[in-house]
Amino acid sequence: MSVPENRTNGTPKIGVYICHCGINIANKVNIKETVDFAAKLPYVTVAKEYKFMCSDPGQELIQQDIRAGLIDRVVVASCSPLMHEATFRNATGEGGANPFMFQMANIREHVSWVTFDKDAATVKAKALIAAAVHRVSLHRPLEQTRVPVHPDVLVVGGGIAGIHASLTLANAGKKVYLVEREPTIGGHMAKFDKTFPTLDCSACILTPKMSAVRAHPNITLWTYSEVVGVEGFVGNFKVKVRRKPRYVDEDLCVGCLECIEACIFKKGKFPDEFNQGLSQRKPIYIPFPQATPLVAVIDPETCAHFKTGKCKKPCADACQPGAVKFDQTEEIKEVAVGSVILATGFKAFDAARVGRYGYGKYPNIYTSLEIERLVNAAGPTGGELKMADGRKPKSVGIVHCVGSRDNNTNAYCSRVCCMYSLKLAHLIKERTEAEVYNFYIDMRTPGKGYEEFYERLLKENVHFIRGRVAEINDWAMIDEEKGHLIIRVEDTLIGRVRRVPVDMVVLSVGLEAQPDADAVRRLFNISCSHEGWFLERHPKLAPVSTFTEGIFLAGACQGPKDIPDCVAQAGAAAAEALALIDKGSVELEPNTAFVNEEVCAGCHTCLNVCPYGAISYIKEINKARVNGALCKGCGTCVAACPSGALQQNLFTDEQIMNEIKGVMNHV
Amino acid sequence: MKYLYYPGCSLKSTGRAYEESMLAVFGALDIPLPELHDWNCCGATAYMAISELKAFALCARNFSLAAEQAKGDPDVSLVVPCAACYLGLNKAYRYMHEHPDLKGTIDKALQSAGLGLADGVRVRHPLDVIVNDIGLDKISSKVTSSLAGMKVACYYGCQIIRPYADFDDQQNPTTMNRIMHALGAKTLDWPLKTRCCGGSLTGTIEDVGTRLSYILLREAKLRGADVIVTACPLCQFNLECYQTTIGRMYHDRVDIPVVYFTQLMGMAMGLDAKALGLQRLISPRPVIKEAVPVQGGQHVGA
Ligand SMILES: Cc1cc2nc3c(=O)[nH]c(=O)nc-3n(C[C@H](O)[C@H](O)[C@H](O)COP(=O)(O)OP(=O)(O)OC[C@H]3O[C@@H](n4cnc5c(N)ncnc54)[C@H](O)[C@@H]3O)c2cc1C
Repeated sequence: MSVPENRTNGTPKIGVYICHCGINIANKVNIKETVDFAAKLPYVTVAKEYKFMCSDPGQELIQQDIRAGLIDRVVVASCSPLMHEATFRNATGEGGANPFMFQMANIREHVSWVTFDKDAATVKAKALIAAAVHRVSLHRPLEQTRVPVHPDVLVVGGGIAGIHASLTLANAGKKVYLVEREPTIGGHMAKFDKTFPTLDCSACILTPKMSAVRAHPNITLWTYSEVVGVEGFVGNFKVKVRRKPRYVDEDLCVGCLECIEACIFKKGKFPDEFNQGLSQRKPIYIPFPQATPLVAVIDPETCAHFKTGKCKKPCADACQPGAVKFDQTEEIKEVAVGSVILATGFKAFDAARVGRYGYGKYPNIYTSLEIERLVNAAGPTGGELKMADGRKPKSVGIVHCVGSRDNNTNAYCSRVCCMYSLKLAHLIKERTEAEVYNFYIDMRTPGKGYEEFYERLLKENVHFIRGRVAEINDWAMIDEEKGHLIIRVEDTLIGRVRRVPVDMVVLSVGLEAQPDADAVRRLFNISCSHEGWFLERHPKLAPVSTFTEGIFLAGACQGPKDIPDCVAQAGAAAAEALALIDKGSVELEPNTAFVNEEVCAGCHTCLNVCPYGAISYIKEINKARVNGALCKGCGTCVAACPSGALQQNLFTDEQIMNEIKGVMNHV
Repeated sequence: MKYLYYPGCSLKSTGRAYEESMLAVFGALDIPLPELHDWNCCGATAYMAISELKAFALCARNFSLAAEQAKGDPDVSLVVPCAACYLGLNKAYRYMHEHPDLKGTIDKALQSAGLGLADGVRVRHPLDVIVNDIGLDKISSKVTSSLAGMKVACYYGCQIIRPYADFDDQQNPTTMNRIMHALGAKTLDWPLKTRCCGGSLTGTIEDVGTRLSYILLREAKLRGADVIVTACPLCQFNLECYQTTIGRMYHDRVDIPVVYFTQLMGMAMGLDAKALGLQRLISPRPVIKEAVPVQGGQHVGA
């Protein structure tokens, strides 16, 4: 890109277009006054208003005025640039001007939606328009560069969302790297016995997809791995993946379990993570029979060899293919991809945080995730639900909204708990014939077949008590309550406080963002909502995109959702990635830095701070020079340059100072 | 840091034993705790319900006096043993910080009385000061008569931890338990430690109030407590003084000593029973018997 001149060409002719946005802006900002004001600003030759500037006729207004030679630069005062900057740059270009001879003034999100007084809103709108006019008068034509999109895709997280996205892409012929932190893919869904509302067996519908991932020639599956570095930009990411040593060679292991048999620990001794700690595993283990890949893993935290160095390592002797390798070390893989799909899922709420529900204090109080394992035929009890003393529970209370819809923990609704509580009520009744009580605030069952499932549970004689549970403890007021857990609740339908004695309690814990969501978001340079969920670009119109081009979201990492929604989102994210790949190339924002050689003293400061090595020193003339193809527009050199010789396109000092002047002159 | 003792009305009347024992314990720990000069009512429930502004102004006057008395020391805390005073003063402190315009109004009111606003004076409960400032190690080191063998039901009531939980868990407070452990006592696992004692209802709708007290007394006895320990003069009063009435109403024997946590601290630290106001309680005898002086932390009493 050529170094732009340091002054404008000719006298600017600026067109200002003020949008009503229906009544969104017009109701709070005095449009007429604002148009009159804009018309008197320096270099403004056209000032107009229109109901919807983003509509075709709105854009046409701009184009006509450019074609008629009335204007050569454009200011649109409407919504956030995130919404329509691209639209109006495009319109400016279509009209025949350079698309960057455009500036947007945000008088909706920054004014009419947040300023309640009409006069104050009008003053503020004027100031922002003045700022944009001052700024655009110094804009210069810029050229965008095109770069090709790398066709490979990185998927992070191998729950149902990551699995589905990977398969969709792979089936379309694209190469996928699927990175999963745990020793197996499957995520939460792999732990469930049945899934609502159809009660189909979770394993039956999930495991074929898991094996398909493993077998697919287009998918490189890296389990027990984490992304540790991301560089680059849309179409051209460089990703570093750390493969933790599992001390078992993935290519050699056949999943025969002989090593586990042979381990010096004759029985499991350490809490089994997959079973929520409800059973014990050995230091060498395979999380569950359908684990994918079906490869053993050694946990160095508990393995006698790693702890003491004195183990005879019978596991290694027992392994015929010789897959057990105690000298395995971590491996760093570097791959190039054009797009990324994040599908890192959720974490279940820690029930111990609500002290009054007695989790961890009384026996027979379980979280829903623990119950999922206990009612699972492949779970630690073979699907039998028993109390600590071995009896079958005669009554079970299911407490909804633990860590959801609660200002002390999470204010939001976790969306899936009403439905999975119904599912668990059904399964518990089926396994134990116990009386089952659901304590709910509101039953939320929107979804295909969901309300019908609720109806079905009502007919199965499950009890529904409407009220948030106050506390759960062992305090018996009368003899009949002795030896039971007492659930105290205000039944809001009969208007009384009730005490319901039960044998067992299920706490329906809500969904939370992963504890490391913030670190992951930083790694991929995206945003989080204040609850920690990854933030989509637009809640309605760009639900799987992020504010960083080329990075997409799928599944519960974006917010609580059930399996059907996760799968739909995963498909959408895959389609977005495919669209990007098929487009073949992307245009880059021309916000690169450049050197004003008249001022540059050749001091080298910028060379040392540039993270991309985009600046070189030209010895013959003693000046620095920016390579536009390498520059990412981070602005570090601009801030560091002691003489102000480094400037950045779209953000030159004079543009910014003039913009500020625009505000200051008119408030 | 400087501590000033804010008594409030209860500690000068029904809660006399609380005052005596707390001052004795702080004395034995060598922590100076002078009384706030010329203190006035905390505003408690009555004022708060009728005019919040007046209630806050009353509280703020105490803050101004405290700042004046602590001249030169910017880090001054009011130590407030009564749960109602603690909540009232704490609320005023918070409201002043959250609502700057309220602060302005209060400042004007105080100026008319020749005082200035002092918004840096903190409000602390003695449980907080003992556990977090003085420390349990120091308490243990002062124990001369271990309470080993004594089974204590720690009762927190409501206002110390609700709505504000400044120094303890709102749902499962443990500061008092930890102090009791430091004295060698065993504490009871009971889920009623923050349940209502009846509060002022015992004085207005007696049967409702006493029922609430009964629930607490009965459960403490059922679970084998030797004594109930409180940190609030009204809780102590409700739980102790209605025992005969309750016994008659419910045909149940609920006699159990109810003491202040500072009294047990004093006993374990070997202080004189009279200095701890034990004679002011209705039936402290079983407790006094428990705390037989021991050597090496071994219990030799009944
Ligand atoms: C008790 C309970 C019962 C439920 N029952 C049902 C039901 O019956 N029907 C239904 O439709 N929904 C149900 N749900 C909801 C369901 O669990 C979710 O919709 C679904 O599991 C979300 O899938 P996911 O792939 O987005 O996330 P997850 O299943 O959480 O998978 C995320 C994966 O990403 C991995 N990961 C996380 N961070 C990283 C990282 N930084 N790097 C690499 N990998 C990472 C994780 O290890 C995990 O494998 C239930 C939820 C609960 C809590």
